[in-house]
Amino acid sequence: MLAELKEQLRAGSAEEYLSRLFEKIEKSSLNAFTTLARESALKHARDFDKKPSQGLLAGVPIAIKECISTKGIETNCSSRILRGYIPPYDAHVIERLKAEGAIIMGKTNMDEFAMGTSTETSCFGPTKNPWDPGCVPGGSSGGSAACVAAHEAPCSLGSDTGGSVRCPASFCGIVGLKPTYGLVSRFGLVAYANSLEQIGPLTHTVEDTALLLEIISGHDRRDSTSAEKGSYLPGLKDGVSGLKIGIPKEYFGEAVGEGVDERVEKAVWDAVSVLEGLGARWQEVSLPHTRFALAAYYVIAMSEASSNLARFDGLRYGLRQGEDRDWHTTFSEIRSLGFGPEVKRRILLGTYALSAGYYGRYYLKALKVRTLIKDDFLRAFKNVDLLASPTMPIPAFRIGERINDPLSLYMADVFTVPINLAGVPAISVPCGFAGHLPVGLQLMGPHFGEATVLRAAHAYEAATPFHEAKPEVV
Amino acid sequence: MITREDVEHISWLASIKIEDEEKDEFVEQFNSILEYFHQLDEVETEGVEPTFRVVDLANIFRDDVACPSLSQEEALRNAPRRENGYFKSPRIV
Repeated sequence: MLAELKEQLRAGSAEEYLSRLFEKIEKSSLNAFTTLARESALKHARDFDKKPSQGLLAGVPIAIKECISTKGIETNCSSRILRGYIPPYDAHVIERLKAEGAIIMGKTNMDEFAMGTSTETSCFGPTKNPWDPGCVPGGSSGGSAACVAAHEAPCSLGSDTGGSVRCPASFCGIVGLKPTYGLVSRFGLVAYANSLEQIGPLTHTVEDTALLLEIISGHDRRDSTSAEKGSYLPGLKDGVSGLKIGIPKEYFGEAVGEGVDERVEKAVWDAVSVLEGLGARWQEVSLPHTRFALAAYYVIAMSEASSNLARFDGLRYGLRQGEDRDWHTTFSEIRSLGFGPEVKRRILLGTYALSAGYYGRYYLKALKVRTLIKDDFLRAFKNVDLLASPTMPIPAFRIGERINDPLSLYMADVFTVPINLAGVPAISVPCGFAGHLPVGLQLMGPHFGEATVLRAAHAYEAATPFHEAKPEVV
Repeated sequence: MITREDVEHISWLASIKIEDEEKDEFVEQFNSILEYFHQLDEVETEGVEPTFRVVDLANIFRDDVACPSLSQEEALRNAPRRENGYFKSPRIV
């Protein structure tokens, strides 16, 4: 889709295309965008129309999640404490996009500091699901997924700490990839849980995701965990003949969490049959520590959050109001005013888990369980090339349905968080519907196995119509 | 079990003021979430090493030479309170 769009923009006008998107966003009730970079984006488009540049994304607009730093464009993580913060530099991924000629069109709504599964914890209010405005778009990259699904942007970037790209991709019926930990530089990504998170693309097609990954991946010396990139477009259409796909039995039925919606389960089994018809083979595998992944994930994520979010104190940027008093009182009041309830919950619980006397019981224990979960994946990938499962156990739920019960919201992440703990790559691709709501198929690969993950996802997509379905708002 | 006093202590450690009327709700939510976390106790982890990061890291060295960085003006631009080219902090002592 982006390849055709590039041709259209070159033959037509990038300014006209972008203006139409902005018009559509103005009229939209989805609340997918928080800031539009109208002036700079239109200028960039006009420059492109005058003198078309080369580059893999020349003239193509892209929407960026609120937590990815954009020079000169407000970056507030959908949090009151960061309102008005304008980064003096670009994140590595933004530098890469700009180098390929992409146009940054604006910032998208998210759960506050990426802490959520529904985009309801944003200080800008919830984003709505384009397939049903009464439902959540998933989270935390809900704005990035909703704007692409509703054709308000041709592609976007999100970030995925425990499923935050794949969950909204699944709920909104588009493609979303969480790359291997280290493949995409986190320089300029506002940290929530730094040992778990990666920036990833949200697009209409697998080919578009592969294209964006080609651009944003690769070594960056400013991120100490940054790795060398592979190559994702050349072998994309090589098919799945001979591939061995593992079906982790813990990801189906009543095995863990609240169980899997049977319509979701059926759609995923149908997808496995399609892959089998294309020449792949499947076998059941076991990831025995799956049921402990949620607890381990939340202990680690909250602990890292309590440390990473200590920097928000109103001193160098962000909220500061009232008379200054002694520093502890001043900072405590700013943080009380600036953070929403879920962020406070996670910082406080993380602080508790790291505090004297509890470090071993919670944090260290969770890190050891993380080793066992990672080993489950490494063992499975000795026998199979990929794993397949539902991305989410359920289709999108109603706005307001779970937000007052934190634990029930956490439960929805049961199949996405193990991937972040293990650091392996996973993609969500549309694989059908539960009623009128989209369902996502999750394909997981070994560390740096993106090429295989994308190849299988592409073969599946080429054999099925689900990525072409459009919500009524389009 | 987490008590109101625990919540007050954590709130002090985390530098987040909590209003009196919020405390009971936090106590209840924290206990239910921690109870869920306690299922980790079932996992045998004797002899298992913790995973702090999933990719192997090697030290990367560079020469200790000055490179361009943000100007003072750029670094201060987002600061809500500043004075004479400095961030203005609340009183420390």
